Parts: sequence; structure tokens; C-alpha cells
Amino acid sequence: MSETQRTREFITGNEATARGAIAGGCRYFFGYPITPQNKIPEYMSAHLPEVGGVFLQAESEVAAINMVYGASAAGARVMTTSSSPGISLMQEGLSYMIGSELPCVLVNMVRGGPGLGNIGPAQSDYWLATRGCGHGDGQCITLTPNSVQELHDFTARAFEIADRYRNPTMVLADAILANMMEPCDVLPPTEMPPADRPYAVGPHGQERERNIVNSLWVDFDEMEEVNLRIQERYRQAAEEITDWEEYGSDEPEVLVCAYGISSRVCESAVDEAGKAGVQARLVRPKTVFPFPSEPIAKWAEQAKCAVVVEASMGQFVEDVRLAVEGRCPVELVGHAGGNIPAVSEVVARILEMTS
Amino acid sequence: MREEIFLGGLGGQGVLLGGQMMARAGMDAGLNVSWFPIYSPEVRGGSTTCTIVITDGRVGSPICERPETMILMDPVAANTFAPQVAEGGLLVLNSSMIEQPPGHEDCETLWVPANDIAVEIGNERTVNMVMIGAWAGRTSALSIEGIAEALQHMLPERHHKHMPANIAALERGAEIGAESRQPGG
Amino acid sequence: MTTDMKQVYAYPDALTEVEMRYCPGCTHGTAHRLVAEVIDELGIKDRTVTLATVGCSVYAYEYFDTDAVQCSHGRAPAVATGIKRVQPDTIVFAYQGDGDLASIGMAEIVHAAARGENFTVIFLNNAVYGMTQGQMAPTTLLGQKTTTSPRGRTAPEAGFPIRVCELLDTLDGPAFLAREALSTPPHVRNAKRAIKRAFETQVAGLGFSLVELLSTCPTWWGMTPLEAIKHVDEQMTKCYPIAVFRDRLAAQEGEQSAESAPGEGE
Repeated sequence: MSETQRTREFITGNEATARGAIAGGCRYFFGYPITPQNKIPEYMSAHLPEVGGVFLQAESEVAAINMVYGASAAGARVMTTSSSPGISLMQEGLSYMIGSELPCVLVNMVRGGPGLGNIGPAQSDYWLATRGCGHGDGQCITLTPNSVQELHDFTARAFEIADRYRNPTMVLADAILANMMEPCDVLPPTEMPPADRPYAVGPHGQERERNIVNSLWVDFDEMEEVNLRIQERYRQAAEEITDWEEYGSDEPEVLVCAYGISSRVCESAVDEAGKAGVQARLVRPKTVFPFPSEPIAKWAEQAKCAVVVEASMGQFVEDVRLAVEGRCPVELVGHAGGNIPAVSEVVARILEMTS
Repeated sequence: MREEIFLGGLGGQGVLLGGQMMARAGMDAGLNVSWFPIYSPEVRGGSTTCTIVITDGRVGSPICERPETMILMDPVAANTFAPQVAEGGLLVLNSSMIEQPPGHEDCETLWVPANDIAVEIGNERTVNMVMIGAWAGRTSALSIEGIAEALQHMLPERHHKHMPANIAALERGAEIGAESRQPGG
Repeated sequence: MTTDMKQVYAYPDALTEVEMRYCPGCTHGTAHRLVAEVIDELGIKDRTVTLATVGCSVYAYEYFDTDAVQCSHGRAPAVATGIKRVQPDTIVFAYQGDGDLASIGMAEIVHAAARGENFTVIFLNNAVYGMTQGQMAPTTLLGQKTTTSPRGRTAPEAGFPIRVCELLDTLDGPAFLAREALSTPPHVRNAKRAIKRAFETQVAGLGFSLVELLSTCPTWWGMTPLEAIKHVDEQMTKCYPIAVFRDRLAAQEGEQSAESAPGEGE
């Protein structure tokens, strides 16, 4: 990626995501229409052919993730994007990819649920990303941008992360980030990266033994060995790519934790609470798997309490509680169904917790 | 500075493009901006809305519960959203379509006969420009030149022939906005 | 005088020496051998990817000595699509059973066929779920007893058998569609001809090819192997007639021979 050749543009989160993917070397896209992320496949269908790539609209999300599986097995940098109900349908395919140790990038522009829900913003697929990804012991490495710029940058970087840990990597955002426009310093498209996955299938002559991409291990010990290898990569990822941002007071009474769009609300809430005389510090994970437990534990040691803000009914808060480990009380401000916690509500809770 | 502006109107009144243009002008002026469409707990009927933040600090939340400024172009948007304007805030209302002052008592109201002016200019699709021009003239938050330049960037080439009408609409609106700042205006 | 002798039969190079796990009398082994012979004859082993699916043939990646991808149940046509879009010159074949292809994977096979994706499907139709112990399949014959149709399949309860070739033959996408039977030696020879045709269609880049092979399952049919072969010929072919439904390679060859002999027919 060429940092020097960025150009500033005013674009939607969806467009920033698509252009981030192309900058990250993605040349294959398989997806199925679903609101609020349709501008991504639309962008890809228009622009992937210009850089020698392939766009294909699949017959379903089930097919899309399996096309991704095939393209990844063939060594390609490949992605799909969807929104909550579509990601539910991809769970099986993700499990196969994790089991087969294959990389891919997927973006989830989360919408209100459960069920068909609505097309409003939500963060209720936190568990789907960090606990889900189908059956078995495995998760998606999960990145949580909170701006159009980060959607662009995180999507571009997700391809390298997926390749490094041979695991599906999810960019977890929401309907607001998808649709909003902000300034974005856009990376130029990169050259198509060489297919350098020694485990990929394809023509090989006599140069190597045959490659088998597989998640079926009938022998229990062999299957456990695969699991240990996967877990070892997760441990490596925790060391190497765990990322977060902090904002606010160095001597906080209240620790505020939020990711994605809710963390934007919390930035404003931290400012407002400060004006009202309560010092707060926001810890905002940029990765939620691996999870930045360390800074949360550190500030929980000092703070009187922690306020966790999410557009879901208590998913992210569980990881915060695990990190806080009882050092201080943890309170949830949660909303669902398309509603996002409001600044005033977060401020009120911060003040209430310290009164 | 921090400007939180909510635009509301009917589909086709140019609410979304108008908002994008304002945010883009803010970006070009070196400020931090966000533009966010449609979100409101009470979106109904054919209303289209967007929220813009323009600031020299961090944008933080792109959603505003009580926007400082609301630019409302039709009666449904006015009745639905005007009561949410911040205390001490500003309502910019399209008097060509809105008759009753819909907000609350603790806010200022700038009436703009936007449809009438647009008809005078000879391009009925410039209602949004008149309204936004009035806001800019009133607050001086963004220059009319900067807004016009942003519009030029965002309009597809084939619509550039409409630029003179749009600039005229921005200027007419700005005059009304500037006049309203005068004592007794 | 061995040097003067022509080799007419040998273990195919494209099969590994792993002992197959199929039941005695099952025709999966025959199908594997025919596919392997075709791969050898076309000299494509080093650029072929086998797609193993879910069902009795789940271990196909152990038996075919090629690169391989194990696919989730029914999704091999989508996986094949992904591989071929990245590597158009790689030869890809999916080895699917009737439950995998015609039940859970119906959407994927129909859409891959409709797109005319350039890969080959070897479709084993033995009218029963073998690996999961003899349940009713979408291709189970009316009246056929299975572990989930213990009184025999009836249309009011479980609907009618699905004819995959006929169904796909309504689409413009497929380039080669044929149904053959793995029963008597003449049928087996025809089956190999169809399989070769299907791979040649892919090598020529003409698009989607599928060979349906009527196969036996003595274990879950409750028959001896010979009774099972008889059942294929006498019962299954009534519901599933043997035919070449589509052969665009032949059409192309026809055009070419017409071009090479311009005077002919004038």
C-alpha cells in the first residue's frame, strides 16, 4: 500500500470499504444483495474489471461464501460483504474456511435484528463475529472501524491480516458507517499480489506434492492438532495486532468502553461529562478479536466504575467484564433494533454512576 | 467552532445533495465534517433528512439529538422535526410551504420564501440552494464561494449548465440570511 | 516378448493407492476408476482439482491423486465457481451424490449450470443417502423403501423423484449433459465415453458439463450386488432414461468438419 499516494475524497463508508479492498489487493468479489451494503457490490461490479479482477453476483449468501472458499483455496485475495441476515447464512462456510485454514475478508454492515429486522444501524452481531463464525472452535479475526477513513484502512489491511493468520477476517461495522460520508484519504489500487500461498490448489506439474484443502479429520488427535494450530495463530494475533484507541482524561473516575459507531457517541459523551465535572476515559477497541483487555484492566483499576455502550443488548459488555475482572462495577447502556445510544443518555449514566 | 445542522424536506427537494455539498465545503475549508442521511427515530412519510457536523475539533457523534440548526423545507418535516431543535437554536424554514411556526419558543426562526425565489430565478430545483444560502448568510459558517465550489465538485458534468442558477439561488438566500442579522431584520 | 505386448489394463495413475472405503458391490469404485482413466488419457492430472463433497464419496480427495478441496454439503458448484474464476485453465471436477447435488445443493448446481461455469460434475445417483444409513433421497423411486420411507416412497407424502439432467436441460448454460448407468459392461463403457466427453468439453472451454451415473447401493437397497445391477437396468432406467441430452462439443466438431470440407453437401 502506497501511503504517499493517498487522495482526499468525500465518500460514503460503503465506497471507502470497496476502495480499501482494491487497495488491499482484493481482485475477487462474490456477494449477494442486501441493504445497507449494496453500494459495495455495485462499486466492485463497476471497478474490479478495470484492475483485472472478477465480480460475480452469487445466487445466495450461502453460495457467495463458498465461492470465496474456492477462490481462496485457489490462492486469491477474495472478499464478500453482507449485512446481518446474510452473515447468518455464511456461518457454515466460515467454519469450513477456519477449519481448512483459509484466509478471506468479509464485511458485515450490521442492521437491526433478530430475524429480518430492519435496515437501521445495530451492533448486535458482536457474538456472531467473535463467538460465531459457525460451529467448532474458531472465530473471525474482527476489526471494528468507527469512521469512513477506518473502514477504508481496516478493509485494506484485513487482507494482509487474513493471509498472515490463515483465517477469515471480518470488518464489523453498521448501517450508519456504511451510509455516512466523511473525508477519506483514499489509497490507490495496488498491483495484484502474486499468488504465493504454498497450500493453494492449482496447476503444479511435478514441482510439489499435491495440495488438499480440507477440514475433515476423522482421527481425534489429528483434529485436535488442527485446533491447536488455529489457537496458536489466535495467540500470535493477540500479540501482534490487538489495537485500540483511548480518549479523554488521564485521571478518570469513569471508564467508558465502546467500539464502532457507539464509540463516536462516547467521544462526545466524554467531552460532555467533562464539562459537567466528571472525568472519563474512553477505551475504544479497534480489534475485538483479539480483544484489548490490557488497557481496559488498567483503567478499571483506577476508575470507580465502567460504562459500556453498545447498540445491542449486552454482547460487547461481556468481553469488557472479562477484562475488568471485578476491579470495578460495569454498567451497560444498550439499545437495539436500529436505535443507537444517545450522547445525553451516556452522559446521564456517567453522572449517575459517580453521584 | 462546531456546527450541527439537520436538513429535512420532501424527496426531490435536494435535501441529501444539499447536505453533502455543505459537508464537502466544510472539508475543503480544512474542517472536520460528517454527513449522515435518514437517521431519525421518527422518520415518516416521504421525508428525507440528513445531519451534518462541521467542526474544527473531533466530529465525535455524527448523530445529533438536538441540532443547533434545522433547515426544513416542507410542512411534514417542519412539524415532525422542528420541536427537536436545540434551545437557543436556529430554524431555517421554507415560508413558501410552511405556514405555522412549528418549533418551540426558545429558538430563532428565519423564514425564507425559497420556492418563490427559485421560481423567480427560473429554476424550481434550486429551493435547497436558497435555503442553504440563507443559513450561510445568517451564520457565515461557510462562504458562498466555498459552497458553490463544493457543488461543482459533486454535480455530474452534465448538470454543470445549472451552476449559474444554483449560484444565483445561493446568493439570493445569503442576502436574506445576512439581512436577518440586522437589528429588526 | 513383453516388449511386443500392448498394455490394455493398468492401475490408473490418477488414483492413489489408498484402499477405498466403499461397501462391496458399490459402483462408486467403478466411477472413480473411469474418472481416473479419463484424467490419465487427457494428461491433465497435474492441473486437475478434485472437489470432494459430503456423502459416501467424502474421502474422494484421498482416492484421486490430484489437488483437492473438500466442500461443505451441496456447495461444490459454488466452490468450483470460485476456483475457476481465479484459475480458468485449471480442470475442476465436483464428485457429488444425489443428496448433495439434488437436495441440499439444488440452488448451487442450478445456478452454476445456468451461468455455464466451465467445470465438470460427476453426479452419482443411487437413489438413497448412503453415508447417513439409508434415508430417502430426492431421487428415491416411488415405492422404494428407505430408512425414512419405511412403507415405500409415496408421492402424497414425499413428492416425486427429481430428474436432474432433464431439469438442467431446460437451461441454456450447460454444454454437456448425459445420463449413463454403471451396470453392465456396455453401459460402463458408455459411461466412460460420457465422462471423457464431459472433461473434453471443459478442456475446450465450452462450459458446464455433467454426467449423471445411475449407481448401486446394495447395502441400503438390501440386495446382492448382482441384484442391484439388475435393479439399475430394470427399474432406475424407467424413471431415469439413459440419454445424452446436450453435447455442444459435437456441435462444434460438426461445424469444424464442415469448415474443413467446404465442398461437402453442396
